[in-house]
Amino acid sequence: MNVKDPNLNSLDSTFSALADPTRRAILARLAKGEASVLELAEPFALSQPAISKHLRVLERAGLISRSREGQRRPCRIEGHRLSEASRWLDGYRRIWEANFNRLDRLLERMKSEQKVTSERSRRSNPR
Amino acid sequence: MTLISKLTIETPSDREIVMTRVFDAPRQMLFDAFTKPELVPQWLTGRPDHTMPVCEIDLRVGGAYRYVWRGPDGFEMSSQGVFREVTPPERVVATERFEPSWYDGENVNTTIFEEAAGRTTVTLRIQCGSKEIRDTMLKSGMERGVAYSYDRLEQMLTAKAQSKAS
Repeated sequence: MNVKDPNLNSLDSTFSALADPTRRAILARLAKGEASVLELAEPFALSQPAISKHLRVLERAGLISRSREGQRRPCRIEGHRLSEASRWLDGYRRIWEANFNRLDRLLERMKSEQKVTSERSRRSNPR
Repeated sequence: MTLISKLTIETPSDREIVMTRVFDAPRQMLFDAFTKPELVPQWLTGRPDHTMPVCEIDLRVGGAYRYVWRGPDGFEMSSQGVFREVTPPERVVATERFEPSWYDGENVNTTIFEEAAGRTTVTLRIQCGSKEIRDTMLKSGMERGVAYSYDRLEQMLTAKAQSKAS
C-alpha cells in the first residue's frame, strides 16, 4: 500500500466497495432515497444478514451512513465520497475519451480512403 | 459528468480496469488502428499536447511493442511489452510496462474486437499487476484532469476551425 498518499489509501476502500455488483445496485437504490435493511433486501435474492454484510462494507468505505435512531435504522448514500471516486475516474475517462474521439476521426479518414480505392479499382476494372 | 459518453469504464475487481467503446467501423479497421505502427500514433496520444514520436510493433506472439510519448516540455514516457496472443481481427493480449515506472510489476492488456451490423465494440481489459498499480493508473488521470479538459476543448475548437477552412 502506498502510505505516502493518504488520498490514495482512502479511495482504496471506496474502489473495492464499488467493485461488487450487488453493492453498486444497493447504492443505485439508495441514490433514490433512504431505505431500511429490509427494504434493501427485498429486490435482491439475498438474506438480510447478507445485505447487512454488504452494508457494512459500504459504511466502512464511507459510501453510506446509517441512522442510529429507531428500529428502522435507514441507510443513506454519502455523495461526497462517491463523487471523489467518480472524479478520480473522470480524469482517466477524459484521457481515453480523447484517444477514442481521435480514433473516430482516424476511422472516418480510413473509411473515405477505402471508398476512394474501391471506386478507383471499380473504374479500372469495368465489368 | 460527461454529456453523451459512449465510453464505459468499470473496475470489476480491485486489479482491473475494463473499458468498452463502440465504433462506427468494421472490426478489421479497428484491429488495424490498434496494431499498425503507422496508425497508432494518430490517436493513442493521451493528452492533446503530447505526440508519439516512437511506435514500434512486432505483431506476433512473443513479438515486442514500444510506444514513446513526448510532452511539450520535452518530457518523455514510454510503454512497452510483449504480445502473448494475436488473433486478427478478434483479439490481442499483451503485457505492458511503463517507463519511468510508477510501480513494480506489469499489466496484462486484453483487447477484444466484436463486430455487429458494421459497428465494432472494443473491450479493453487491463489486468494490473497489483491493486496499487491499478489505483495509480486511475489516479494519474485525475491529477491531469482539470487542465486537461481545457486542452481538449481547445483541440476540438481548432479541429472545427480547420475542417471549416478546408
